[in-house]
Amino acid sequence: MTELANFFHMGGYAWYVWPSMAITFVVLLANVWFSKRQFKSVLRETATRSKALAQKHAQRRSNKTTEQSS
Amino acid sequence: MFKWIHRFGSAPFVYRLAGALSPWVGMACLILLCAGIYIGLVVAPSDYEQGESYRIIYVHVPAAILSMFVYVVMAIASAIFLIWRLKLADVVAQASAPIGASFTFLALVTGSLWGKPMWGTWWIWDGRLTSELLLLFLYFGYMALRAAIEQPQSAARAAAVLAVVGVINIPIIHYSVEWWSTLHQPATISKMGESSMHPSMKRPLFMMIFGFQLLYAYVLLIRMRTGILQREARTSWVAQLPEVARD
Amino acid sequence: MTPKRRQRLILVCLMLFGVGVAATIGLTVFKDNIALFRSPSDIAAGKVDAGTRFRIGGMVVEDSVQRRSDNLDIKFELTDRVNTVPVAYNGILPDLFAEGQGIVAMGQLNEEGVFVASEVLAKHDENYMPPEVAEALKKAGKMPGTSANFGASSLVQP
Repeated sequence: MTELANFFHMGGYAWYVWPSMAITFVVLLANVWFSKRQFKSVLRETATRSKALAQKHAQRRSNKTTEQSS
Repeated sequence: MFKWIHRFGSAPFVYRLAGALSPWVGMACLILLCAGIYIGLVVAPSDYEQGESYRIIYVHVPAAILSMFVYVVMAIASAIFLIWRLKLADVVAQASAPIGASFTFLALVTGSLWGKPMWGTWWIWDGRLTSELLLLFLYFGYMALRAAIEQPQSAARAAAVLAVVGVINIPIIHYSVEWWSTLHQPATISKMGESSMHPSMKRPLFMMIFGFQLLYAYVLLIRMRTGILQREARTSWVAQLPEVARD
Repeated sequence: MTPKRRQRLILVCLMLFGVGVAATIGLTVFKDNIALFRSPSDIAAGKVDAGTRFRIGGMVVEDSVQRRSDNLDIKFELTDRVNTVPVAYNGILPDLFAEGQGIVAMGQLNEEGVFVASEVLAKHDENYMPPEVAEALKKAGKMPGTSANFGASSLVQP
């Protein structure tokens, strides 16, 4: 117990050591989290746009075939 | 040989390679960082002069080294983009900027938290601290320039010029503690062979530096995939990607 | 390499060269302003005007520290191993302050040539080791020195 308390006490420098560790943890995690989130949102956007594009192409193609048949 | 190099200029190849590599890099990074911080905080002995406070070195030094390393990568990629107009080089530079800025911010904040108890001050305008702060502004300037210019091609070129010009700050940061009198002490680990750090303390430090490097690689791979997707959104290979074509 | 690419390569190199030259000139001109502190030798050489506030850096001389028991007044001598300057201070000292320690103080010289400090900061070196190792090295007289720049006359290690 005292050993654990000693560890967290950091020889009296707890108020400097632990915030350093905490902010490092937060910044590293934020790097990973934000980059992943951005990737996912761009992927979703790309999928929606390419599907819309494919639909437009398909419609144009079907329009053309109806024009030719009439 | 040239064919092999050529593949690294091909967006679909790099996109798939980055996707395949990133989970492994992420795993290795996680293991290394956990082991490094455990050994650094628990196993490594305390310092004869600074006691337990020196343990901030295990996050401060990796962040500071990477803040400069990432900038060098960004500058080289920008130079390649300026000379060969290689789009992927621009992707690398753009993806690196926010990561480098975050490392620079970390180096400044943890350094400040270390400076208060040891030096007696949060901040001092000496050569090392001032040039590192300038590095943060260079990253901000790079990102702001990209955001401010609407036409993507000119934005990329202007930002690349800034990145190349700003690389002059890197040797200034590195040698500041030798050229001028500063409050910041000279480098501990740049002196190869000569040991100014006990091996039991140096080992976890190297683990942390390597772990930070892997984290940069991991986040860079994800951001590069994002950048490639944004630039190639209208191409057929993107439309045929299973993750795009899927409902 | 196509002529166009070669041209751009030369342009990038020229750009780097130009910025390099500009930075070198700028940093050389402002060398004294970038330096954080002056050394006791700078003061001995009369490089500092009396009455101006500046920073001084050096090592605290062994056995020179005189404390008062009733207040925070402290007197000590600061050396770069060539010249020595007496320093007077009243205030909180950083944890690392000790004899033989590198410090940086802000203040000004009075008429008697004593540096009256309003702030004292500790400057630690780049060596890290466990206390036992430091003890053993000290006994053997093999304590490593620092490569820090201490101003005009760099410190000679014992």
